Amino acid sequence: MEKLQRGRPGRSRLLIVVAVLLIAVALIAVAVYAGWLFPSNSPKAKIALNGAGATFPCPLITAWSSEYVNVTRAPTTPGPQVTVNYNCVGSGAGITQITSKTVDFAGTDAPLKPSERAGAPNLLHIPETIGAVTASYNVVEFSTGIKLSGYTLAEIFRGTITQWNSPNISADNTGITLPARSIQVVHRSDSSGTTFVFTSYLHLANPWWNASLVGKAINWPVGIGAQGNAGVAGKIQTTPDAIGYVELAYTVQNNMKVAQIKNHDGQWVAPTLATTAAAAAALASPPSPGGDWANVSILDQPGSTSYPIATLTYLLVYKELNVLTTLNQTKAQALVDFLWWAVHGGQDLSEALSYPKLAAGLVTLDEGAIRSITFNGQTLHS
Amino acid sequence: MHVFETLRGRTRLRLRATPGDLAFEGLSTFIALAVVGLLVLITVILYLAAAESIRTYGLGFLSGSVWDSVSQRFGAAPFIYGMLVTSALALLLGVPVSLGIAIFLSELSPAWLRIPLTFIVELLAAVPSVVYGLWGIFILGPAMRVYIEPGVQAVLGFLPLFQGHPIGSDVFTAGVILAIMIIPTISAVSREALLAVPDSQREAALSLGATRWETTRLGVLRYARAGIFGAAILGLGRAVGETMAVTMTIGNRAAFFGSLFEPGQTIASQIASRWLDAVPPLELGALIQLGLVLMLVSLFINLFARLMVGRFLRVGEGAE
Repeated sequence: MEKLQRGRPGRSRLLIVVAVLLIAVALIAVAVYAGWLFPSNSPKAKIALNGAGATFPCPLITAWSSEYVNVTRAPTTPGPQVTVNYNCVGSGAGITQITSKTVDFAGTDAPLKPSERAGAPNLLHIPETIGAVTASYNVVEFSTGIKLSGYTLAEIFRGTITQWNSPNISADNTGITLPARSIQVVHRSDSSGTTFVFTSYLHLANPWWNASLVGKAINWPVGIGAQGNAGVAGKIQTTPDAIGYVELAYTVQNNMKVAQIKNHDGQWVAPTLATTAAAAAALASPPSPGGDWANVSILDQPGSTSYPIATLTYLLVYKELNVLTTLNQTKAQALVDFLWWAVHGGQDLSEALSYPKLAAGLVTLDEGAIRSITFNGQTLHS
Repeated sequence: MHVFETLRGRTRLRLRATPGDLAFEGLSTFIALAVVGLLVLITVILYLAAAESIRTYGLGFLSGSVWDSVSQRFGAAPFIYGMLVTSALALLLGVPVSLGIAIFLSELSPAWLRIPLTFIVELLAAVPSVVYGLWGIFILGPAMRVYIEPGVQAVLGFLPLFQGHPIGSDVFTAGVILAIMIIPTISAVSREALLAVPDSQREAALSLGATRWETTRLGVLRYARAGIFGAAILGLGRAVGETMAVTMTIGNRAAFFGSLFEPGQTIASQIASRWLDAVPPLELGALIQLGLVLMLVSLFINLFARLMVGRFLRVGEGAE
């Protein structure tokens, strides 16, 4: 009891300090929120658009996002200042979120399957960039560009070619001394569009690789798994004699050795921005944006410079935007304006980030798609 | 203990309960019960979310050996196996080291070293597991591949357990990481157990002419064995559920392994690798069912540890 009484003055002092701190925090919060402390230069209204999905275009969309804020903040640009939030959670999660209408747009590497289309009717596929999947390796004796046919690649990932000096590899690489060491296969452990593209190619290139081994996550016959493109790239770089599949951008950034692959025309082609763009340019008669894209593929395209393991990656947007409760007329307009910018001005950011620019044909296709988007029946871009 | 009991009894008797006291009592009772409610709620919701998978596979889920997202077949056996092997490995490597630390701290260490050393060992427990994972990828993994695994193979290579090409991202590396992670838990709890051994035990052994080691072994370790056992089980509890560090080092292969130098997968690491893109209802359900299995295993391990530690506490009390 005595202790309690002696403690009282101290306690009330503490209360006062806490109260003053709370009031100060509240005042600062109000000031920041009202823009007193950090006044923004433009009197424009602010809008946020939310997207989620594929990790592959993540660096590009992130760059778009930061650039687009600057574009829309400028007093010369009509309309509000637009912040685009893109959550790189993976293609599957993106499709789930756009289907449940919790995001304004989604990104995916694999086009919608018929069953997914049934769950979210009226989603448009808007190809926003092109990706290439490389076979990347870490063998001391080799410089970049050893030659691997799709057939050989499938046999390596199947586990039947286990040595770097196997006859299949040496037949295509005359003049290179191949080490007699075992191959360490690295693959993705998470579910990923990259895996879908790579296994789809192996399915095309080798009859043993049947359809049950094609998917975003498959039951790999051999190898060690790593998380994400960065994880696989890291695992290859720290494991001697490893081979794995990695998106082109990661191999450029990390200066990794990549294999030349034999393409449809029988040419050996290294993965570069130019050879990837060539594969996309060879795409004949794509479906309409609202149509069925499930069977669209730019794998193993004809053309002497087409890199055979390439893929389109898509933004998914509803054709009639009023199905999203998060959008009103202004935000719907902002979304359409952003998409238009992404396939035009945004493409200028691509090559610095190791993504090829969209070919003219695809840009025209995208323009048609974006023009067809409506809000309450009214078109938003004419 | 006794003094505190009577004092609390007397306070209860003398003080009239004020409204504030009653409100506080009510609130704390509510919170205590809410925790229990939360556990029940989590279990029920996990069960409901896994319903599709439970209906499809039932108990066969536990023995299914394939996890194939393409053909939508899911089984838990490789992950249960991976979890058991990595945890056993962690205990095998971690318990002797922890026990050594505990013995040094309670029996041998000079007084000035005891507190800083205890502090540092317990600091190991505060390192986030993703940091252990990164260290595993960049430092331990390559070291295992280049030095440790070939070394082990040179000596024990005739055993099937140590055959194959050392790759550094395998069950063995995951086991070593886990061992390091459970050392602080095991050594701290077993140190407490050793400190609880009354000095009369040591004096008795010494007076019979026992050496220092004999005193420790017969007088101290035997006396504290229940507590040490409980400590090991608590460590096991941590090893079983550890996710991030294992996911980053085990090699993520959803299949059985014969050698410790092959990649594998545990329940926790499989969930971490796959939940993001798991397709509902079946694949997601199967992952959640994995979660339920893990939760049950952890629950049993913790119950077991509680019982053992409880027994050790009673023994300690009786000796006073």
